[in-house]
Amino acid sequence: MTRINVDVDGVAYSDEVEPRMTLVQYLRDVLGKTGTVVGCDTSNCGSCTVHLDGRSVKSCAVLAVQADGHSVTTIEGLATNGELHPVQQAFHDTHALQCGFCTPGMIMQSLDLLQDNPSPDETEIREGLEGNLCRCTGYQNIVRAVQQAASSAGGAS
Amino acid sequence: MTAVEERPTTEVGQPRKRKEDERLITGRTRWTDNLTLPGMLHLAMARSPMAHARITSVDADQARQAPGVLAVLTGADLAEVQGELPNAWMLTPEQKAPSHPSVAVDRVAFAGEIVAVVVARSAAEARDAVELVDVDYEELPVALDLKAAAADETLAHPDLGTNVSAVRTFDSAEEGTGGDVDEAIAKARDGGVVIEREYRQQRLIPAFMEPRSIVVDPTGEQLTVWSSTQVPHFVKIFISLVLGVPEHKVRVIAPDVGGGFGGKLQFTPEEALTVIAARRTGRPCKYTESRSESMMSGHHGRDQWQTLTLAADRDGTVTGLKVELLADMGAYLGLVTSAIPFLGALMFNGIYKFPAYRWTCTNVFTNKTWTDAYRGAGRPEATFAIERLMDELAAELDMDPLEVREKNWIKHDEFPFTTVAGLHYDSGNYEAATERAKELLGYDELRREQTERRDNNDPVQLGIGISTYTEMCGLAPSRWLGSMGYVGGGWEHGSVRVLPTGKVEVVAGTSPHGQGHETAWSQIVADRLGVAFEDIEVLHGDTQIAARGLDTYGSRSLAVGAMAVLAAADKVIEKARPIAAHLMEASPDDLEFSEGQFKVKGTDTAKALGDVAFAVFQGHDLPDDVDRSLDADATFDPDTFSFPHGTHLCAVEVDTETGGTSIRKYVCVDDVGAVVNPLIVEGQVHGGVVQGVAQALFEEAVHDEAGTLVSASLVDYLVPVAADMPTFDTDRTETPSVTNPLGVKGVGEAGTIASTPAVVNAIVDALRPMGVRDVPMPCSPHRVWQAIESASNGGAA
Repeated sequence: MTRINVDVDGVAYSDEVEPRMTLVQYLRDVLGKTGTVVGCDTSNCGSCTVHLDGRSVKSCAVLAVQADGHSVTTIEGLATNGELHPVQQAFHDTHALQCGFCTPGMIMQSLDLLQDNPSPDETEIREGLEGNLCRCTGYQNIVRAVQQAASSAGGAS
Repeated sequence: MTAVEERPTTEVGQPRKRKEDERLITGRTRWTDNLTLPGMLHLAMARSPMAHARITSVDADQARQAPGVLAVLTGADLAEVQGELPNAWMLTPEQKAPSHPSVAVDRVAFAGEIVAVVVARSAAEARDAVELVDVDYEELPVALDLKAAAADETLAHPDLGTNVSAVRTFDSAEEGTGGDVDEAIAKARDGGVVIEREYRQQRLIPAFMEPRSIVVDPTGEQLTVWSSTQVPHFVKIFISLVLGVPEHKVRVIAPDVGGGFGGKLQFTPEEALTVIAARRTGRPCKYTESRSESMMSGHHGRDQWQTLTLAADRDGTVTGLKVELLADMGAYLGLVTSAIPFLGALMFNGIYKFPAYRWTCTNVFTNKTWTDAYRGAGRPEATFAIERLMDELAAELDMDPLEVREKNWIKHDEFPFTTVAGLHYDSGNYEAATERAKELLGYDELRREQTERRDNNDPVQLGIGISTYTEMCGLAPSRWLGSMGYVGGGWEHGSVRVLPTGKVEVVAGTSPHGQGHETAWSQIVADRLGVAFEDIEVLHGDTQIAARGLDTYGSRSLAVGAMAVLAAADKVIEKARPIAAHLMEASPDDLEFSEGQFKVKGTDTAKALGDVAFAVFQGHDLPDDVDRSLDADATFDPDTFSFPHGTHLCAVEVDTETGGTSIRKYVCVDDVGAVVNPLIVEGQVHGGVVQGVAQALFEEAVHDEAGTLVSASLVDYLVPVAADMPTFDTDRTETPSVTNPLGVKGVGEAGTIASTPAVVNAIVDALRPMGVRDVPMPCSPHRVWQAIESASNGGAA
């Protein structure tokens, strides 16, 4: 067991973890932050995407011990004082989710994409979301959501 | 048949944003795998790496000694208690099926079949211990190839003596719905046209995003089961029928469910085994599958060979269709495995008025994962076949493929129409949808560009693909289902409860997993009761709350389920009427109900529904003979299916040098009857179209020669990503159904049914001048390139 200190959604945690525990297992099973989900075992689906020090990572492909000393933001940490984050709002406004299982990862990746490129065109959005699978929406409304979030933020996320 | 009601609506038809979204976009979700209960144990499955083998020994001693392990259950341990997993459809009275245990006892019949269950304190310990379960297998010959299996070359289940589960035939001449197809074909061979083709519907994997998960809590008086299922009511009854737990001692909850597409329409071995483990240990148990387990052991879809003969006159009028289907059941029959090809067989005639039709459906066992419902369930296969054939007929006659279709389709003034297959199509307007789709695509202009590219020998050729589809929706009429061999019914149940403060609870027997029922049902009830959209809560997916229901599949929820809810709302109004009359000292006959108020006709006297509900709650001043509640239950069981339709047009650019394809434009005009929420309908179309395009271009479940699924991960099974897909142009025409009071049809499967042939037709259309007549699916660049090569070498591809 190894001790790690991690800031998750603004709260400092200190825990003993098994070296083989992944970050997503730590979030879900140790911290009870079940907003982040696991959809595959090959890092293809992107459902588990969170931010590590502000950049998106697939939390199934990061060990909990690698997060030691770092800060993690999950879907649960985006809304502030009950106000949805503009990307969350955009997903709602444009019907960019159906079953919603991929949605936490999709939103976290969209944020990352908008940080890199505040005014992406459609192709850039589609390519920027290539690591995240959605089986319900056909992606069209997800693209619209990212476009709306980009314009509502005036080109900055 | 029911007349569609003419009523003003304020909510129905509006693009309401979904009530479901808030918890889903903030991570406050209730997926089954999120649950942790005190003392909960975890299951992991040891699965067979062999597709067909005798189990000679299972040594679980080491696994039982492993850290954290409480139990290892083998087939031998459970042989007497595990029962048989159900198949609920007898395609023929003589249908053959192997016994279907949850955990294999002495033989495995597909790779991935469960051979032992480990129960441990943590999921990691359970998985570690699976590695220690030592199973000896004696390999048996595998039946993998569908055609060889149909010829009984190797037996998937030696005890059955054959691989053929059932053969069912329909002949329009015998049934009196049409003429003799052999006569039509013979006639067409002499002066007409006969198109003979063989198409392969490759095996697909539903690939819902949320892997299946089950939690069972045996600690209360009732066994409580959470499952990521489409069918909690089915799971409840099968826990009772299969495992012998009395039905009234079982509660099943489907919390948030992350997609299904038919793939979660099942009673699974994993559900049965988690129940068994929880009852044996007396502790809550959880099983969550890995993605690769999901792809190996969750049921697959499609997998058919279709042998087709279409007869026509030289003017393009079709005179007969003969369909011979070989359908791969896989190793076992699941809930409705045997009916999937049959549901398609009813519809190979599509939107057309063929005078003669015969189909034969042969269901065959192989040593692969069993197949069952996957989005469209038989109808995508049928639509693919007929829409490909209509293109081939047009090419043979040098006619425009749209013209050939129009010559044969049912005209809008001919509805309702009984087809040659014996189905009663309720309504449709193929002309309107097609006209609109042509306009949106710029059909004539693209045809001109196609000609130019052909004339210039452009290395990138352009093809236009057409799919004019219809489908049967709203799996319901119980009598019909019974007459066709299904053991269950197809009705649906709904309840409406007006609470003392005027808020409303709606209880639905359907069980959504992404479809937005909470929003759509709220819109429907808001209009009916004159209550605000926000003041309605829709409850579902828990057999203790929604005691009756037949769940969600087959695009049935709106056309069947919501109609039960609507009927319950009407009953509530009629329950409230005499009470309102009493409170206003008027005669019930003098009251009219609108916008949430009972009004005494011709006066200003009125009583709101909420006020009546409060008076009922108080019970101080009610007529003697009324119920002390404004709750009502209702069921709905329609007379017939509804038949949405539409025209999808697709322009594909094909690079003739590389075989690469690119969808340049995709237009869909769908007619799903009246629409409750256009935002949700459009979303269903987008997602549906992508799943169909995925069949055309990307997805295939591939097995190696030993029967191992080699596409058992999302690395190898190509679920499309955003960058693979274009933006779709969607529009609708609206021809109301006459089978239900709202005139609605269904939309869940439409896109998937329509899009596959649109894409393949476009690819073949692009390459037809090069001699290409077909490209097998999925049309990967390699296969497209091979088709070009083979055609240019003189063979017809």
